[in-house]
Amino acid sequence: MSAADPTQMSTLATPSVAAQMRKRRAAERRFRAYGRAAVAFSMAALAWLLISIVSTGASAFTQHWVTIDLNIAAQDAEVPNDRRRLSDAMARFFDVPADAQTRRELLQIVSASAATADLRAGDGDAGSVRLRVPASDLMDQYLKGHIDPALPEDQRKITDRQVEWIARLDSQGRVSRQFNRGLFANPDSRDPERAGLASAIFGSVMIVLIASALALPVGVGAAIYLDSFAPQTGWGGRLTRFVEVNINNLAAVPSIVFGLLGLAVFINFFGLQRSIPLVGGLVLALRMFPTIVIASRAALGVVPASLTDSALSLGASRMQAVFNHRVPLAAPGMLTGSIIGMAQALGETAPLLMIGMVAFVTAVPTSPMDPATALPVQIFLWSGSAEAAWAERTSAAIITLLVVLMIINGVAITLRERLQRRRKL
Amino acid sequence: MNDPVPLYMLIIIAALMVGAYRIIYGRAARLVVPSLPGPTQARAQPRHHARFAAALTGLMGVTVYLIGLSLRADAPSVGMDGLWLLALIILPTLPIALSISNVRLDFAARSYVERLAETGLMLLALVALLTTFGIVASLVFEATLFFRDVSILEFLFGIQWSPQTPIRAGGEGQSGAFGAVPVFAGTFFIAGIAMLVAGPVGLMVAIYLSEYASTRTRAVAKPAIEVLAGIPTVVYGFFALISVGPAIRDTAAWLGADVATQSSLAAGLVMGVMIIPLVSSLSDDVIRAVPQSLRDSSTALGATKSETLIRVVFRSALPGIIGAFLLAISRAIGETMIVVMAAGRAANLTANPFEAVTTVTVQIVALLTGDQVFDSPRTLAAFALGLVLFVITLLLNFGALAVVNRYRTRFE
Repeated sequence: MSAADPTQMSTLATPSVAAQMRKRRAAERRFRAYGRAAVAFSMAALAWLLISIVSTGASAFTQHWVTIDLNIAAQDAEVPNDRRRLSDAMARFFDVPADAQTRRELLQIVSASAATADLRAGDGDAGSVRLRVPASDLMDQYLKGHIDPALPEDQRKITDRQVEWIARLDSQGRVSRQFNRGLFANPDSRDPERAGLASAIFGSVMIVLIASALALPVGVGAAIYLDSFAPQTGWGGRLTRFVEVNINNLAAVPSIVFGLLGLAVFINFFGLQRSIPLVGGLVLALRMFPTIVIASRAALGVVPASLTDSALSLGASRMQAVFNHRVPLAAPGMLTGSIIGMAQALGETAPLLMIGMVAFVTAVPTSPMDPATALPVQIFLWSGSAEAAWAERTSAAIITLLVVLMIINGVAITLRERLQRRRKL
Repeated sequence: MNDPVPLYMLIIIAALMVGAYRIIYGRAARLVVPSLPGPTQARAQPRHHARFAAALTGLMGVTVYLIGLSLRADAPSVGMDGLWLLALIILPTLPIALSISNVRLDFAARSYVERLAETGLMLLALVALLTTFGIVASLVFEATLFFRDVSILEFLFGIQWSPQTPIRAGGEGQSGAFGAVPVFAGTFFIAGIAMLVAGPVGLMVAIYLSEYASTRTRAVAKPAIEVLAGIPTVVYGFFALISVGPAIRDTAAWLGADVATQSSLAAGLVMGVMIIPLVSSLSDDVIRAVPQSLRDSSTALGATKSETLIRVVFRSALPGIIGAFLLAISRAIGETMIVVMAAGRAANLTANPFEAVTTVTVQIVALLTGDQVFDSPRTLAAFALGLVLFVITLLLNFGALAVVNRYRTRFE
């Protein structure tokens, strides 16, 4: 330590050596600063990503609802056009003339599709109807403060009249802000205020379950074979090494190529339908397979060979020695690796695009043969729309996905710790 | 399910297997247990007899099942299903009968069932080969169809990419429409930008965290960087679309330049951030593998820590680091969602990072999510691009594996 002391060095060294030492120390400090900068850059990028998504998406977990009392006049009941009936009644409610421009503006402040659906569901008779519907994306964004009313009217999407109507509704206590159940309970929709993740969540759950049900046993079995049974010498050994290289390569093949495989084999060759969770599950099973094999082999590799050897020396067969003594010890690691593989499959998007899971699905799938989307694909679909309301929903979907992934990874880690601790006792 | 029959048939097979297990177990137990305890002539336990019987029954059942499934694939009918059901119930009784006659003290059921199990495990391992074969076969098959319409030289060296133009047979539009050079150029350009970010940053993160950082810094930074690795790529794509792209546009506007939100810079930067954890964890492994004695000798000669790291550790870990970089490049080239969402679709041949370029993966997505007609040159072109992508990433992976493997044995 004392040799590194600069004061001592300078008394011993000539001025030129001292100058050189100063330069070398400066280089050392610079190098350290580069390292610190690299770490800071990565953490800043992560922070920027999380903050930008949470700040856009957090407000989508609540939604404004409006209650309006509409007086459906007798002559209106004859009008076949639901939107016309609704806008006429709303014009009466707000006491404004029902010209074309006003009608358009009126329909922009409540969820027109939800309101007309409720009107249709009612008896359609003349009289007073109380409607409780989601606010339109425009009104919702305005009330959440995402639209600045201080801007001149022609620079914002909301008109002065609409602002005034909303204020009137608000002062009458007709607007309430509540937890956005629709975000999780509704299927996809063209209207942001009614669009939800239900079909995507069901689709994702089915896809991941099918993929895990296929890839887990196959992957773990393949790993056990390669670890304990595969021939190591001669032609068999060559084949073993070829399979191992193959698996390592498969793990690094771009996921979109697996999508092309699924399109060519499952859809074109076997004639399965597009955009169904069954095909998605099959494709992601192939994608997960190498990950699970690699993780399971790593878990098996750390089990000491002496355990299997002692079982063998007591007369157990190879199969008994491996399955009764080697596999149980590796099980926690294999489980963790498999769960992390599942988490990766849950976030996988590109292969699902290839097999047509980008369809606009407005029904919640009930079986693996129904068209569905998946959570990441829904994020991709919603991200394509420019309106602020869609960006908000997309971010909320991303938050949902990230929370689910966090839970899955957390479960994987705690499970491993628990199981390993129990093994040691 | 639209057709529940196949599902019922599987349930029947499972029931038959359970039945076989129970019948044989009972018989074998009556035979073997009286000879216990003490020296016995029995060469297998009852459960081995039972497992062997169940395995044979299952094999027979699955065979019949698959044959039936393929026969009725075209025209399912009630008569066909009846025949199938009959075969499925009668044929598996053969292995059960065989197993009953095999319940003898000198029948080594254990070795048979274990041999069966081992074969089964081997078949599972061969799924890997099957997958690779499937990928190669499907890509090559569809790409061959494509190269019947468009010459392979045109595809690899043409500089005009506009698959949207309808192709008239023998017409002028055919030549040049599928020249993929701009697409490849865009791919490598964005991957290059990503590596400019991920290479130095990932490497420095690995060095700093393993050599310099305090325990407290490491406890915070390491998990944070692992979180970066766990974020789905579609999230990065959205981040590039709503945050990084507009930030670049606004910065450029502030400097007086006009830049679109979709630029190769935005896509490349975000992709670089995505790859940082890959580079840093792979480099960390190779840096750790450098023997302590090398560092000690360098320190003993008076080198500072950074001099040791740069001149000794980095230099001896170089092959491994090159391998890590190759894997990272392969990952960047195959990455899809970020570029689909943030890079653009127009095929520009440009080296300006503020312009939108397109990549192989973007074009595959664009070609296959548009129209639904298969076998048109448009959709087949996606498979040709996929083949190129597969070959490039395969070469990079092989190169990386070869370099890393040679490096691994260097210090042993």
